[in-house]
Amino acid sequence: MIFSEADTILYALVIPLVGAIAIALAGRWPNVRETVTLTTAVCLAVVVWSLVPSLQAGGRPELQLGEMLPGLRIAFKVEPLGMLFAALASGLWIVNSVYSIGYMRGNNEKNQTRFYICFAIALAAAVGVAFSANLLTLFIFYEVLTISTYPLVAHKGDEATVRSARVYMGILLGTSIGLLLPAMIWTYSIAGTLDFTPGGILEGKIAEPLVGLLLLMFAFGIGKAALMPIHRWLPAAMVAPTPVSALLHAVAVVKAGVFTVTKVFVYIFGIDFLFNQPSHRLIIWFACFTIVVSSFIALRQTNLKRLLAYSTIGQLSYVVLAASVLKPLSEVGASMHMMAHAFGKITLFFAAGAIYVASKKTEITDMRGIGRRMPWTMAAFAVGALSMIGVPPTGGFISKWYILGGAIQDDNYLALATLVASTLLNAAYFLPFIFAAFLYEEDVKPVKPHGEAPWPMVAALTFTALLTFAFFLFHQPIADLEAQILVK
Amino acid sequence: MTLYDQLPALVVVVLLFTAPITYMLRLHGFPWFSAMAAVVTSFVVACSLAATTIGGETIIYEMGGWPAPYGIVLHIDALSALMAMLITGASSAALIFGAKSLADEVGEETAPAFFAAWLLCTAGLVGMVITGDAFNIFVFMEISSLSTYVLISAGPDRRALISTYRYIVMGTVGATFYLIGVGFLYMVTGTLNTADLAERVGQVEDIRLVLVAAGFVSVGLAIKAAVFPLHSWMPNAYTFAPNAVTVFIAAASTKVSLYVLMRVDYAIFQNSIANHDIQLTFFLVPLGVLALFAGSMLAIYEKNLKRLLAYSSVAQIGYIALGISMTSVAGLTGAIVHMFNHGLIKGGMFMAVACLALRYRTVNVANLAGAGKAMPWTMAAFVVGGLGLIGVPLTPGFISKWYLVLAALDEGWLGALLVAIILISSLLAVIYVWKAIEVAYFGEPRSNAVPVTEEAPLVMLIPTWIVVLAGIWIALDTSVTVGLASIAAKTLLGVEL
Repeated sequence: MIFSEADTILYALVIPLVGAIAIALAGRWPNVRETVTLTTAVCLAVVVWSLVPSLQAGGRPELQLGEMLPGLRIAFKVEPLGMLFAALASGLWIVNSVYSIGYMRGNNEKNQTRFYICFAIALAAAVGVAFSANLLTLFIFYEVLTISTYPLVAHKGDEATVRSARVYMGILLGTSIGLLLPAMIWTYSIAGTLDFTPGGILEGKIAEPLVGLLLLMFAFGIGKAALMPIHRWLPAAMVAPTPVSALLHAVAVVKAGVFTVTKVFVYIFGIDFLFNQPSHRLIIWFACFTIVVSSFIALRQTNLKRLLAYSTIGQLSYVVLAASVLKPLSEVGASMHMMAHAFGKITLFFAAGAIYVASKKTEITDMRGIGRRMPWTMAAFAVGALSMIGVPPTGGFISKWYILGGAIQDDNYLALATLVASTLLNAAYFLPFIFAAFLYEEDVKPVKPHGEAPWPMVAALTFTALLTFAFFLFHQPIADLEAQILVK
Repeated sequence: MTLYDQLPALVVVVLLFTAPITYMLRLHGFPWFSAMAAVVTSFVVACSLAATTIGGETIIYEMGGWPAPYGIVLHIDALSALMAMLITGASSAALIFGAKSLADEVGEETAPAFFAAWLLCTAGLVGMVITGDAFNIFVFMEISSLSTYVLISAGPDRRALISTYRYIVMGTVGATFYLIGVGFLYMVTGTLNTADLAERVGQVEDIRLVLVAAGFVSVGLAIKAAVFPLHSWMPNAYTFAPNAVTVFIAAASTKVSLYVLMRVDYAIFQNSIANHDIQLTFFLVPLGVLALFAGSMLAIYEKNLKRLLAYSSVAQIGYIALGISMTSVAGLTGAIVHMFNHGLIKGGMFMAVACLALRYRTVNVANLAGAGKAMPWTMAAFVVGGLGLIGVPLTPGFISKWYLVLAALDEGWLGALLVAIILISSLLAVIYVWKAIEVAYFGEPRSNAVPVTEEAPLVMLIPTWIVVLAGIWIALDTSVTVGLASIAAKTLLGVEL
């Protein structure tokens, strides 16, 4: 290696920011600007992925920047969970950038420079969240992520969009400042540290019922995990251009939420400590409730992106559920599901965006027979949907396998029943749409005849669909790596 | 005696002596230059004083060599040094920033008097924080108040005169109350030196007079500090003053009164009156909580950007009041850090508003549509400042909020309620800050509006950004601000350093 590992972490944070500045400077020449975006994305992915071998060997690269408050540093430490999240976000950014170029140009969107700048900043924030060594550092990047994505959600700029963007920002900032921040300061005042420590930092320092209160403050304070009733921001975010929904509201932002939840459970509370506190059951109930109710709401949606949003809410709660079952298999399942869901959901959003660019259609009811005009897109959509349902040979099957395994280890019949019910509900809202798209005649004629969307978009969505299969086949190294998170 | 030993006096003497020179030498451009040179010198001296006191040292300087309690002494500890740094820093930044805008607003004819008043105002405020004599505080308070009236009435709008008049009435009531309180203390102890007072007031048998004195002093200072509901002089004074004056007084002046309140209360009354910590809590907590809500709500419904920020100050003063009322090291640290941090945040924001006012000729929020594109640097500074008011991490507001919440968590159930209130008011700040940001970035300019295409001049932008970046710096490296503040808090409470 040429650089030390600490340098590598620093580069991973700086590259997207330098990229953002370069994008701003190149704003006048779209081709240069897009080249800069792609180059930045590739560099970031290379740098982030270069850390993987050391992680697999058991290394935990660290970087300390400065002391913000006495005893509270801005520090980074790469561990398997964060590695997975960073690798995922940075890798998919490349694919998403290719897709964005097709989408933004195909749609003649305004303010494209602002769009790419904010995207790069959001990625820097996501990597920061992933690599944080303590809760304070994580919180900082968590807020940067919220604020940098606001212009992306409000991109269209008309009144309805801005209103939705306000809901988005209001809920995310509100819960983080109103619940997460006090939970964090409370943790600091009883534990004296906020470092992510294997085995947790709270053991023996707090007792029921206060554990339950703290746990709820964390679970709902991390609004990005979209646990009901803190889920309204996610459907509201669907006013954003589709590449934003695809990478940020299916991968980076929402995964930052469930990632933080998992991290708090594993490294702040510690799963052994939390397992002996009856109040962790509360989170299981909330997660099960969210999974089932969001699926029922998804059933009633007619707008494709909103349907996908409610599907995301349910899938995020799979991760929260897996994390709160607190068994070794389920913790691994939580991390695996972050990845499996990312590949599947980004494919679904890519397909939805491709349909919009090609046909300007957003409602499911108008999309009968669209599979005949856009066979690649709809085939990829079908793969993504199968992964959501959890059918082999797609990635969703693998993660569900682990989560079910964890639920069985715990004899948790509530979780088992919820997973089964959710599988059925997922099938119920995805399959009829896919059948209709392929088998029925077109009943709403498009404004003008169209085929597939521009090729960068089709290439991107085909690639992510293939990733879903690849995850099914080659998930073992990832599972081995993630199993390390439980080692004290 | 070397010059170095005279530094404590120099910080204020330089300002006082430059003032008449500034008034008398009527050369073109000279008044601004001499005022600027004097405040910057004073700022440098204040920084060196801070460097001395950060180790926990207290500087006692006897004016004219007369020992206490007969003569006046300057008493400079970490708290005084931090405040002196804030005042002189804000004054320098506002003057340098205002070189152009003040030349427009004040005019050649009145410039000498104006800048002399500026120097006196700075001198008065610095004097209040470094003196160790209760009556001397009053003298400096009057110097600063009278000159502040002059500064505000120099505003370009005639409404500045009415605002000044209201401020004079309220300010005089406040100062008089303070004087009455100090008079009572003098009656029962026969001394005016703060350290001496602190000692002697403990031996007073008739505590009722001391209690009355505490009441007068606290209410008087609360008026000067614009603690809700005694704030009514403040929004219009900020709104109609010349822009650079607003920057200065918003950053420094109300904080100095809070400083005196803290100093006098903790040094004198806490030691002498039984259960005074509870009295202080009952006095300040309700006012602080009301200030948080009322200030934020008024800001949310305000259409004029300068007044919006003024109401936001009312709310932010509520935070400081809450911190003072908690009588714990963390609470006082939070309050003191927030005085400094809020000064920096608000100063920067008023600078950004002054840049907007220069180009748009109005500070009505609705007319600023499109400012995000036309003046990107100015608006970016405003956004960073706004995030500071909300208390987002990486901004100075986060640091102070951290300590306030930490302090509140130690107070049991009432504390948990306070945490909730502090956080709710942060969320209200999101609303009023975002209101302005949204119009500037996402609003469509009105069709009949004159389009603004030019960014503010660099002479204004550079000082603005220096203040903004200084804010981010003290949010990342808190060793100086939190270091000084925690020493100050421990000194006030008499806790071992």
